[in-house]
Amino acid sequence: MIVTFTVNGTNQVVNVAGSESLLTVLREQLGLPGSKNACEQGECGSCSVILDGALVTSCLVMAADCEGADVTTVEGIGSERELHAVQQALLDHGAVQCGFCTPGFVVAATHLLEHDPHPTEDDIKEALSGNVCRCTGYGAILRALVELTEETA
Amino acid sequence: MTTAAPITRRRIRGGVGESPLRIDGIPKVTGNFTYASDLYADGMLWGATLRSPHAHARITKLDTSPAYAIGGVVAVFTAEDVPGRMGFGMHADDQPVFARDEANYWGEPIAVVIASDLPTAKLGVAAIEVEYNVLEPLSDMEEADAADSVYRRMKVRRGDRDVSGDVVVEGYYEVGQQDQAPLGTEAGMAIPDGDGGVDLYAVSQWVHSDHMQIYPCLDLAPEQVRCHPVGMGGAFGAREDVSMHIHLCMAALRTGRPVKMMYDRSESFVGHVHRHPARMWYRHEADRSGKLTKVEGRIILDGGAYESSSMAVIANAGYFAVGPYKCDNVFIDAVAVKTNNPPAGAMRGFGGVQTAYGHEAQMDLLAADLGIDPLELRRINALGRGDLMSTSGQLIEGSLPTVELIDELAQMPIVDPLDNDDPRHLPGGTGLTTDPVHVRRGVGYGVTLKNLAFSEGFDDYSDVRIVLSPTGVEVHTAAAEVGQGLVTVIQQLTREVLQIEQVAVVWDDTGQIGSAGSTSASRQTQMTGGGTYQCALELRDQILAEFLGDDLSEEGVWKEGQLIVTLGEVCALRPREHSIRYRHPETYATDENGQGDPHPAYAVAAHRAVVDVDPELGLVRVVQIDAVHDVGKLLNPVAAIGQIEGGIAQGVGLATLEELVVDKGVIKNGNFTDYLLPTFLDMPHVEVRWVEEPERWGPLGAKGIGEPPTISSGPAVAAAIRDAIGRHLYRVPILPQDIVGL
Amino acid sequence: MEITRPKNLSAALDARADDPGADLLAGGTDFMVEVNFGHKKPGNVIALRRIEELAGIETRRIGAGVTWARLEHSEHKALAQLSRTVGSPQIRALGTIGGNIGTASPAGDGLPWLAAMNAEIEVASRDRGTRRVPWNEFFTGVKQNALEPDEVIVAAILPEYVPANQHFAKIGQRSAMVISTVAAVVARDEDGRVRVALGSVAPTPIRASRAEELIAGNPDPSERVLEEFARTVSEEVRPITDHRSTEAYRRYAAGVLARRLLERCLAS
Repeated sequence: MIVTFTVNGTNQVVNVAGSESLLTVLREQLGLPGSKNACEQGECGSCSVILDGALVTSCLVMAADCEGADVTTVEGIGSERELHAVQQALLDHGAVQCGFCTPGFVVAATHLLEHDPHPTEDDIKEALSGNVCRCTGYGAILRALVELTEETA
Repeated sequence: MTTAAPITRRRIRGGVGESPLRIDGIPKVTGNFTYASDLYADGMLWGATLRSPHAHARITKLDTSPAYAIGGVVAVFTAEDVPGRMGFGMHADDQPVFARDEANYWGEPIAVVIASDLPTAKLGVAAIEVEYNVLEPLSDMEEADAADSVYRRMKVRRGDRDVSGDVVVEGYYEVGQQDQAPLGTEAGMAIPDGDGGVDLYAVSQWVHSDHMQIYPCLDLAPEQVRCHPVGMGGAFGAREDVSMHIHLCMAALRTGRPVKMMYDRSESFVGHVHRHPARMWYRHEADRSGKLTKVEGRIILDGGAYESSSMAVIANAGYFAVGPYKCDNVFIDAVAVKTNNPPAGAMRGFGGVQTAYGHEAQMDLLAADLGIDPLELRRINALGRGDLMSTSGQLIEGSLPTVELIDELAQMPIVDPLDNDDPRHLPGGTGLTTDPVHVRRGVGYGVTLKNLAFSEGFDDYSDVRIVLSPTGVEVHTAAAEVGQGLVTVIQQLTREVLQIEQVAVVWDDTGQIGSAGSTSASRQTQMTGGGTYQCALELRDQILAEFLGDDLSEEGVWKEGQLIVTLGEVCALRPREHSIRYRHPETYATDENGQGDPHPAYAVAAHRAVVDVDPELGLVRVVQIDAVHDVGKLLNPVAAIGQIEGGIAQGVGLATLEELVVDKGVIKNGNFTDYLLPTFLDMPHVEVRWVEEPERWGPLGAKGIGEPPTISSGPAVAAAIRDAIGRHLYRVPILPQDIVGL
Repeated sequence: MEITRPKNLSAALDARADDPGADLLAGGTDFMVEVNFGHKKPGNVIALRRIEELAGIETRRIGAGVTWARLEHSEHKALAQLSRTVGSPQIRALGTIGGNIGTASPAGDGLPWLAAMNAEIEVASRDRGTRRVPWNEFFTGVKQNALEPDEVIVAAILPEYVPANQHFAKIGQRSAMVISTVAAVVARDEDGRVRVALGSVAPTPIRASRAEELIAGNPDPSERVLEEFARTVSEEVRPITDHRSTEAYRRYAAGVLARRLLERCLAS
């Protein structure tokens, strides 16, 4: 079936065969492999996107149910020439090691700061508790976001 | 031409001691970095694997023809199709590419279906008709030991067995099976070259080791197979073994098309090796002053169905069974057994993690018996340079500042008492199970050591090639960058020597350069970093000798403060290049008593854990880890902290959360709902300090840092929990029911 | 697979009546896990997330389509508390209370609260209209409920009286994204009656009615009575041993948890 929705500001028309997830469609039909497939259960946050303004795990969203939706992926946040402040902060603080979790954190952290520009450390941890990192132990990610929120305070 | 203004030498950035931004960082934060799972080729086919649903079974029927009836299925491969050698493995060729007559573990590959897309390939797998004669699996490691189903027995016999001490403590310990669980699952693509050969792009910690296992199975000449480094989402030991590599190559060669495979999370759990679970029996004797007089131990590690690196893991467990402590009388029996459990192999810590839980718990029991402070007891016994390793008897010639680390740790201020009733600061978190009045705080220590690089006479080396041109430097290596930041350390070391800022790291494949060895054993900074440093030095010396200069920079060659030749002139005819095969000091296999000189270097780590426990419900919050690390020479502070905090997260995970539940060989919790990784809210605050006592080899005396934080943190957390509840716990991961005592 | 995206409840009920085999999809946090793991190959799907009639929140009526993210701000204290613990922020933005009710897992986070509140589940069909099923008749077993194939869950309905003094707690091995090993809601009415509801300790959510009787009307129970209360709760639950926890621990922890929540009620 044909499904039409907006991704990173661009209208997309996709042909969805069955019950495949939004994550699958983003990666395999729309040429947007930034969102990652690491658990397909919503338990790691690597596939996080913004859907109609909400932070969600795209592996749990049925693509066929996205008709008319507005989606933002990591590819829609900043660019290589002009990084978003969150991306720059993660980079500056050594919060990127293997980087597999990084797109999910970029999306989740950007979403957090858009809704709460000055979260406490505990708020940051809770807001990002759905994003798993296996490399960094989260310390550098926290320091990156704390410094970012202090800068804008 | 008269000289105009004097050439000023530009101060370059990004040398040793700084924390330069990693060059793959921008693609990673924008989602543009290509991981193996993102690889795409026109016309590519997908592969899916048929796996044994039994831990032990005879395969009595295997009919792949129904798969071919499915539209889109292109080919099916089984053991019959393996062109060359059937077996592969890290040490022995004992694992078959496909199980033929017998499946020896739950999940063992039996066939691969190649199709136009992944769902069709999976349909093909489901269509294959297989029949099994189910056999009783050997699942218990003690039974396997008794039945002599063994990969390696290793023993240590040093000193006098009849010696005794004033106090004796005995203990039994268990370490559950941890999984590396890298976020990026196994993925890869093989592309036939149209000439009978194949290029492989698959996740790996050691492309040359893969290569050596792959080409004989394909019945090809070595140069016909090229293994390329690819982006991967972490490793931690899971990528040291071959998984889909031979399957991919077979499929690409036979179909003549690129073939891709990617395991989903559940398949990933069964598709790579895991940490060895352990059972350990210890008996420590000490005199009244706290000095160890004798240590006896029996260690069993379950190696699962195929050998992988069990030979080396059990050796590590044996050599580090006592820990970083002096003892002249040590008697260890260590065995890696063969069972029908999922194969075990490398995971960060590699045998040292398991015995660390044992020896650190024993030291705490001794301290309690003797009335000596636990950290002081460790200090009394601490091993250092000039001492003999208590197990192997090897003279420690390199750096081992155990006492300095302990002293530094003792000086670190202890975190403030709990004064926050925000549930996120309490055990149970937002589950609201616990009020501050229910909390008991505990403090515990973990002081451990680990070998750096490979041991027991293994010919451990790293090939590096440096190319200098007017636009900058290229460093060529086949080393695997798994996220740890080797790429930046290579740049920093090159800059340090050549004083040229523009350094590109080129990841060569097996056809272009020799082996860099494995990204494991905390070895790449010393081996590939050391090789880079040495290669750069030799190249610099060559250029200076040729042009009679005394200094080199990106401006060119200098003599007595004057620029005498530009870099362009140095490279006028051709780029300058130099290659090196870098080795560490020689090591040797030990004798039948485990005596000898098996290790090239050691690193020690001293951790203190503070935990808050709700003893009535058995819930734990790890509040803080204070960590002192033996870094030799700090090359990149931010990257070092990244390794320490990341390693601590995995140590905390094993101590409190992570266990692969295996029941008669079947993995019960192969998914992220039921295999619990630490989240942001589970991670303690970490304070780090360093001690820099340079190692005698390697770049500027720097030491590897990947494994020590994982080895020390878990035992420290376990000790802190015991301290909080005032009771002994013998097993990790420590579950609520263990704390409560049910 | 065909997907229907009804814009109102009536259209949804038509779709359901016309195709009783079709799956209902709200937030997808249970459904899509089954699909992704190949355990479910849906025939047709009726997507409910656009239906405004299901998304309303009133004091005594919570629409089935209301997400946990919205319920974190519920005026009902224990509901707000438990909503905060469901899954992760991403899952809370998607998952709905109706989905929780429909899945009817023994560990469903919202279910002990519905039990404690004596809630009814309002369901509707095209041909038979609306009916309300008391919670204890709706949840019939492990992942089983009383929903007919042509029905849709519409709302959770609370009775006239809702105790303000209500507390929730949930035991899980990890600090986030965790399925409970024991969960409990305890509430104390103004007249001194107490409600003790538990999850993950039986095939369905349960009320510990003997424990409730024991403690009813006692504003200042002694230590001995509190211990007896906890012990009674432990006796009333019917937990199992699985890969998450053991029967013995769950039984014991249920008593401890219920007692702590009761103490919070008494201190309020």
